[in-house]
Amino acid sequence: MKLTGERMLGFPFSSNRGDDNMAQSGSELAPMKRSFRRKRLRENAAGLFFISPWLIGFLLLMFGPMVFSLGISFTEWNMVGSPKFIGLENYIHMFTSDPFYFKSMIVTFKYVFIMVPLQVVFAILIAVLLNRATYGIKFFRSIFYLPSLIQGVTLALIFSWMLNDDFGPVNYMLELVGLPRVHWLTDPNVALYALIFIALWGVGSPMVLYLSALRSVSSEYYEAADMDGAGPIRKFFNITIPLITPTILFNILTSLISAFQTIVLAFVLTGGGPANSTYFYSLHVYRNAFTHFKMGYASAMAWVMFVLIVLLTGLVLASSKYWVHYEDDGGGR
Amino acid sequence: MHALESKKRTQTVLFFALTVLCAAAFLFPIAWMLSTAVKAPEDIFTAKPELIPTNWQLHNFADAWNAQPFGRFLLNTLIVVGVSTPFAMLSATMVAFGFARINFWGRNALFLFVIGTMVIPWDVTAIPLYIQYNKMGLINTLWPMILPGAFGSAFFIFLARQFIMGVPRDLDEAAEIDGCNRWQIYWSIILPLCRPIVVVIGVFHFVWCWNEFLTPLIFINDQSMYTLPLGINLFKNAFNIEYEKLMAVSCLSVLFPATLFYFTQNLILGGISLSGVKK
Repeated sequence: MKLTGERMLGFPFSSNRGDDNMAQSGSELAPMKRSFRRKRLRENAAGLFFISPWLIGFLLLMFGPMVFSLGISFTEWNMVGSPKFIGLENYIHMFTSDPFYFKSMIVTFKYVFIMVPLQVVFAILIAVLLNRATYGIKFFRSIFYLPSLIQGVTLALIFSWMLNDDFGPVNYMLELVGLPRVHWLTDPNVALYALIFIALWGVGSPMVLYLSALRSVSSEYYEAADMDGAGPIRKFFNITIPLITPTILFNILTSLISAFQTIVLAFVLTGGGPANSTYFYSLHVYRNAFTHFKMGYASAMAWVMFVLIVLLTGLVLASSKYWVHYEDDGGGR
Repeated sequence: MHALESKKRTQTVLFFALTVLCAAAFLFPIAWMLSTAVKAPEDIFTAKPELIPTNWQLHNFADAWNAQPFGRFLLNTLIVVGVSTPFAMLSATMVAFGFARINFWGRNALFLFVIGTMVIPWDVTAIPLYIQYNKMGLINTLWPMILPGAFGSAFFIFLARQFIMGVPRDLDEAAEIDGCNRWQIYWSIILPLCRPIVVVIGVFHFVWCWNEFLTPLIFINDQSMYTLPLGINLFKNAFNIEYEKLMAVSCLSVLFPATLFYFTQNLILGGISLSGVKK
């Protein structure tokens, strides 16, 4: 805004010939004002033009569908015939008489609240380790990042074989050190943790963020702390951690949002089992929508999840002013 | 003094060893996949598994590939990736240019809103989209996979905007004085300068499309329209025990993204760090 104004005063009529003509006629101020208004109009039109790809995509693929989804969440509809309005019944049903609903909610919350903190901690630990490496930081950075390129079905396949009860290498190694074999994907008490373990293999992508945050921390802080005789652990918690809190916030937000919607690993590896121990919320939505074609009910569940994600994200953002530390000088680049 | 230095050296060596150890643990699943892929069936179910196979069976790759119409699945995947990636790169930079350089009404609020859309779970949009595509006759076509990325996704817009904000404004202004309009500034000045972030967006989009399982799972029932992930899943259910073939197919599916990453790793890993700075 300010910049545009300054530019207007500096060489107001150089960018457009139409303005040039106006400047010749009449008083100084009126055309200035008019051309300013024109300029604003032009800015708005140009802005609209440039963001139009996103805008069209948003309206057609997000906003429209969301309104529709909210609408049918108050109906009963199996895609045959027309939706039947039933008011809040879908919402009442999920909270009062759908046993799988709460099961899936608990599974999902467990996954989110174990997976996200573990990911943050592991990502930071590996980044700190790499930051200390004297040789080949770039090489190791690529190695740790590589697994996060493997997602979905391929990831599931590799780990279904890694965690095979009888012939998988993980159980073999456990046996070598004298521990009992674990039924990773078939024991209801273990399966969810196995999925968390698999998901943590992709820790490389947040780790890269932490690494670049660590490398932009000015060494002056550490030198000052050395003068004060601070040990490595104090330095880590009092300097390193506070300075990378913006990255921690970013990591928590993105992985919170995606962990809530997780479905593929469970879909491919366990199908929600054993004994529904990996029956995620999204799996419940998927089954209701695309197996039983209960479109209304599934939409209602999806909306509850959406509200939950918004609330949790909002909570994290609101809390961030108490623990996220931004450097004032806008450094870091 | 000498003691301190040698203590420091031991520490360095120790940390390095730890790094190597962790890296080996991280790479192990990939090594295990490669090793299983070339094993003979009788070497797979043994009490004492070995990482380096004694009896190499390279024909596993061809066998696995031919067991399902993987050529078709690959072609479908390549069409999706090939059509949507250029659009993803173009739309993200275009929208980002709008947000970074044009002072239109409500810009900052709208940008926050764009970022906010990342919160929307697939569950909310997938059901109405299924109905919408069903009406439009787009079920069992590749469109549902091409469209969402092509219009510019929030994360890519965010990355590109961060990048464009780092480009000095003098360049735009000089071009404006020379009589360039906004599109010319975007097309012939900003976009060429954006090449690193465009590559990052392209690779991310490629990897995302390549691995995407849920979208085709929902919108495609016809096997001739399957993409690789669906094909692999089909394969997994059909051949539950033939791990050498499963791993051979996994290797092939990792090959494309891994190669792409190998050639662009410094750009990618440098580019991601943009998203960490501020906000």
